[in-house]
Order: sequence, then structure tokens, then C-alpha cells
Amino acid sequence: MKYLDEYRDQRIARALASEITQRTTQPWVLMEICGGQTHTIMRYGLDELLPRGIELVHGPGCPVCVTPLETVDKAIELALRPDVTLVSYGDMLRVPGSSSDLLRAKAQGADVRIAYSPTEAVKIARSNPERKVVFLAIGFETTAPANAMAAWQAKREGLTNFSMLVSHVLVPPAIRALMTSSNNRVQGFIAPGHVCTVVGCREYETLVRDFRIPIVVGGFEPVDILEAVLLLVRQLEAGEARLENQYARSVSYKGNVPAQEIMAEVFEVADQKWRGIGPIPQSGLRLREEYAAYDANRVFELGEFTVDEPAECISAQVLQGLKKPTDCAAFGMRCTPENPLGAPMVSSEGACAAYYHYRRHAIEN
Amino acid sequence: MSPKSVADINLDLSCPAPIAVKDTILLGHGSGGKLSAELIRDIFLPAFQNPVLAHMDDQGVVSVNGQRLAITTDSFVVKPLFFPGGDIGSLAVHGTVNDLAMGGATPLFLSVAFIIEEGFAMEELRRVVASMRQAATAAGVQIVTGDTKVVEKGKGDGLFINTTGIGVVPEGVDFSADQAQAGDKVLLSGSVGDHGIAILAQREGLEFETQIVSDSAALHGLVSEMLSVTREIRCMRDPTRGGVSSTLNEIAQQSGVGIELQESSLPIHEQVKGACELLGLDPLYVANEGKLIAIVPAEVADVLLETMRRHPLGGEAQIIGTVTKKNPGLVTMRTPLGTTRVVDMLAGDQLPRIC
Repeated sequence: MKYLDEYRDQRIARALASEITQRTTQPWVLMEICGGQTHTIMRYGLDELLPRGIELVHGPGCPVCVTPLETVDKAIELALRPDVTLVSYGDMLRVPGSSSDLLRAKAQGADVRIAYSPTEAVKIARSNPERKVVFLAIGFETTAPANAMAAWQAKREGLTNFSMLVSHVLVPPAIRALMTSSNNRVQGFIAPGHVCTVVGCREYETLVRDFRIPIVVGGFEPVDILEAVLLLVRQLEAGEARLENQYARSVSYKGNVPAQEIMAEVFEVADQKWRGIGPIPQSGLRLREEYAAYDANRVFELGEFTVDEPAECISAQVLQGLKKPTDCAAFGMRCTPENPLGAPMVSSEGACAAYYHYRRHAIEN
Repeated sequence: MSPKSVADINLDLSCPAPIAVKDTILLGHGSGGKLSAELIRDIFLPAFQNPVLAHMDDQGVVSVNGQRLAITTDSFVVKPLFFPGGDIGSLAVHGTVNDLAMGGATPLFLSVAFIIEEGFAMEELRRVVASMRQAATAAGVQIVTGDTKVVEKGKGDGLFINTTGIGVVPEGVDFSADQAQAGDKVLLSGSVGDHGIAILAQREGLEFETQIVSDSAALHGLVSEMLSVTREIRCMRDPTRGGVSSTLNEIAQQSGVGIELQESSLPIHEQVKGACELLGLDPLYVANEGKLIAIVPAEVADVLLETMRRHPLGGEAQIIGTVTKKNPGLVTMRTPLGTTRVVDMLAGDQLPRIC
């Protein structure tokens, strides 16, 4: 397939891996932020190609994984109301809340639908005026413009039966929180290419300056990731800390300005809780006051959900790169994709599920 | 901004309690993956246990007066009812004919049961029935008995069809999924994922146009050609729901062997690859309705491959992997980069990813 096969080419991948090996003179800990990148690393076994000194740790960039338990519980409660149609991205359906998940709510009769685009939810609202349609609007900066567009369209059309349960997170505040943690081991970041396609590179320059840490904006195919690792290793070995853009075929310095404008029109930055990590100041997006009529929290007067959670799952340490999924005693035993203890085992982009699906043979042998 | 250190926050870490799986039926129980396997193991097998069922093949083979008969049944709930390359009627004939053929049987007779929702258009029923007749004639099977039930409006989804089939198993033919041995080769009769993607592309709300056509076809002619070359075949399966990965995982588990695939030898059409990339799906989990997987001893693999490629339904056949002693019960795949990964069984329904 054009534009994909080139980035999965075995000769290029092997050449990159061998240059990484040549240039690595000491151990380095690198973090890929995005779950899509983790997925590629596991699916293609890229860790097998890297020298021992390079340790890849997996960051918090799986939107499904970091969506707070409270949001999942709220979505389930809304879905179970007889007059509500809940529309969601597919992989949120299996994420465990505190006592159920959306697939089980569906089995109990809830009207839960999968959409590929939030504007499909607007369409459902338009053609079903008797239903209260709620879109579960989650994700990073990547999904924010499309989610914003859905609210904007609904407002422009004056729809009164459409709202969004918003749980949006931002990458740069998470990197900042990781870097200021006393536990931090990460020496270089692969920044998420899709996020930078939308918001550009400026904020990442600030991070490089503030923490003197190399950041490479990286893509999602095997060659992209290996090249990003190589760029990081070159900088680290030379004692440099710069922002580099490996994913230049998609990412520009300024990013996608119209997408940023619609985000700014609909959303404002707010404090946000991350599942498995906790609250991070100014790390999320919420609907602006002008869009209050489309905020499911207000429309349905959901109030505060507080949920107590047991502590066997080590997802917090996994999402911060402090531990590997296989360090968990429950991994593959009490915690599997069919019966997940924590969100990183649910989504195929979650680090635990990626290990379970693709690397189990290496662990068992 | 001075964020609270993550280390300080570690005290209120989140992790949900496990949720019991066994309280209700979920859609995933019908997906042909792990949940389906659990349902069979925990509910059906203990209730109906007998030596024929214990083989866990797609058909039961019984002996009547010295004649070995294969029996199988399948229900069809596909939506939309009409799709590029077929419809629920032709699918109901092909599906059951194929389940017989995968036991090496020559399909002879079918029964058909219709469960129809009140208000269903008579013209659509006529189209479905005409398509069944055509498919049965082409496959050389007769529909010799049937049943009709009508359910109230809202209690069905238009039309469901069940077909049951009977066929004769020739002498010397004995396929079963517990017979794969280290060193055997894995043959696949053609491209992966066409049916599932053709159906998905038709579904409401996807706004996704493709030229992909379902591969729905009766496979017993191809099987018969293969049997005319050799009867030394360990097992055959058609990778329908759950796709190639679920079928191979079942064989690996039932035979207690590992299976190693070569990713570069998997035949996948560019359009299916593209659709899967866009939709966040893995073609190895997407359903097929006109493909077979055969596990065969290495010494007959090449001659069988040539035979398959000469048949109209096997033109794109490939040897896609090898049965190994290593990793018993697991399916692994050599990637084009020379690394190895697990090809897991599907846990529930395959869900599209957010990004």
C-alpha cells in the first residue's frame, strides 16, 4: 500500500536499527507518548531490533486508558436511561467502570452505538428528535477538533437533544508532570505525531527548553519509530537537547490552524483527572460557557461521582513508564483482555494489552 | 504553572475492580472468539457431552449402518440482508455446505428454517429464496425440508435463517482439528477479510465506499479436487467469524501444537488492507465465507497448493505457515522485519480503535 509499505520496509528498518546499535555507547531510557506508537512497537517487535542499552518505556498516550473511571460510570448511567442514546468510539465500550461497562449496559437494553466520527452522533440526534443523544467525547488533541465540530454543528442547527460527555486530555502538561516527578527515569521523548499534526510543535519547544530534554515528534509506522529513536540517540550521545520533527510528512511547525480555531471556539483548558495517574492541573479541555447547553454534565445534572478503587492494578506506574506490564503479578493471570483489571489491558493501544496480544510468547518462553 | 508532582499523586491511584463475565450474554459470545469458546466449554459441552461432540469440529461425523455421515447446522443473522457478492440466502447455503465440506464430506441435503419478522416485505423474501435455490442448485444439494416462524414486529431483525446439512464422508477421509503435527504446513485458499469488510462497508453510518465483494462461495468442489490428490490431510476449517486467527488458535489448542505464520505470505487484497488501516481493524480477525485453511503433512503441501491454485476458488492459495513444537497452543507470526509476535484469539467483538 502506497505511503504505508515504505514505512514498513524491512531493509530500511534494519539499517536504522543497525545505526542505532552503532551509535549507542551507554544506556538510554526513551518514552513513546502515544498508545498507537506502543502498539506498533509491540506488533512489529521493534524492541527485538534495538540494542540492549535502549529501553523503551510506554507513556500515558492511550486516550481510552486515561479516561477517568468516573466518566465511564457517568456514561453507563446515562446509557441506561430509557430516553438516552449514547454514542461512543468503539474501544470505549469494553472499558471497565466501577461495576459494569458499556457493552454490558447494551446487553441490559441500553441504546449504545459505535461511531467513527462525532458528527455521526449529531446526525443521529437530528434524525431521532425524540431521543436524547449523548456523545462520549474523549481523547487527546487529536480527536478534539472533530469533537468540537460536533458541538459547533449542533449549536448552529439549534439541536436541543444533543450533548457531549467530555473528557479531553492534553499531552504537554502530562510530559511536564512526568518530568517534575521525583521518580522520573525518562531521558528522551517520542512526541505523538497526530497530536502535533493538530497543534503544531511550539509547546514542545518550551518543554525542551524547560527540562533540557530531547523530544522528537514521531510517526506511527515501524520506520518512523526507529528513525525517531535514532534521532534521540544521536542527540543524547552528543549531549544535545533539541526538538526534531521526524513526522514532517504530516506535522508542520504551526499545525492545523483551522482545527486549533474550532477547538478554541468550543473548548477551554481546565484541570483534568487522568485515570491511573491522578489530577494534573490545566491538562484537559472542557466546554466553554457558551456551549453549556451541550454539556451532558449540566444537561443531566450528573453531579460529582466519587469512586473508590482497589490497588492491585499497577496501571499508574505503567502509564508513567515506571514499570513494565509484565512486572504486574496480575498480568495474564487475573488480568486479561477478556477480564481487564485496568484500562491499559482493554484498549489495543494500552501497554498491557499490547504486551498480552503480541509479546506473550517471549514472556512465557 | 507548578504541577503537583506525580509522585505525590501516587497515593490515589486508580484501578477498577474486575467485573464478573458470566452474568449475561454479550454480543461477544457470538463473535467466534474467546467468549464463544467459553460458552461452549462451560454451558453446552457439559450438557450434551458425547464422543462425537468431543471432537469440537464444525460438523459431527456419525456412523449409520457402516456409512459415515456428516451433520452440521448454522444460523444466519447477517445485516444487511443483501450485500455485494451475496445475500443471506446464498450465505445460508454456502455456510452449511462449507461446514460439511470441512469434514471432507460430500454435501447432499439441506433443511431450511425461516424466522421472519412481522411486516417483512414479501418481495425481499422472494429474492432471498430465489438466491437460495440458485446457490443450492450450483452446489448440487437439495433443500428437502423446512420450517417457517413469524415473530411480532420488533422481536426479530427482518429475517433469520437456519440451515442444517447432511453429507457423506468418503472412505479414508478423517479430518479433525486435534490432528495437527509439528512440521505440517498451513495452506490458505485465498485472500483474507473480503466478506467481513464488504459487510462492514454496507453498514449504516460508516460512510465508507469500497468495491470489495464478499467471497461467499461453496467450497466442496475445491475440497473434492484436493482429496483426489491425497487423503493425507490432517484437518480443514473455514475461517468465518473470528477470522483466520481464531481458526488457527483453535487448531493450535486442540492439537497442543504451535503454529508459526509468515506475515509476508498472507494474501490480503489492497482494498481490504486499506479499509482495515482506516477502520483500525486487523484483517486476521475479519470473517471470510469462501476460504479454507488446511493443515497438511509437509510432503504433500506443494502438490496440494498446485491443485488449489488450478481451482477457480483457490487461485490465490498460499502456504502461510508451519506447525511447530514450540509455543504449544499459541499462534505466532514472523513479521517482515524478522521479529516474532503472537496472533491472539479475539477476546470479544473486534472494536474499532479511537485513533
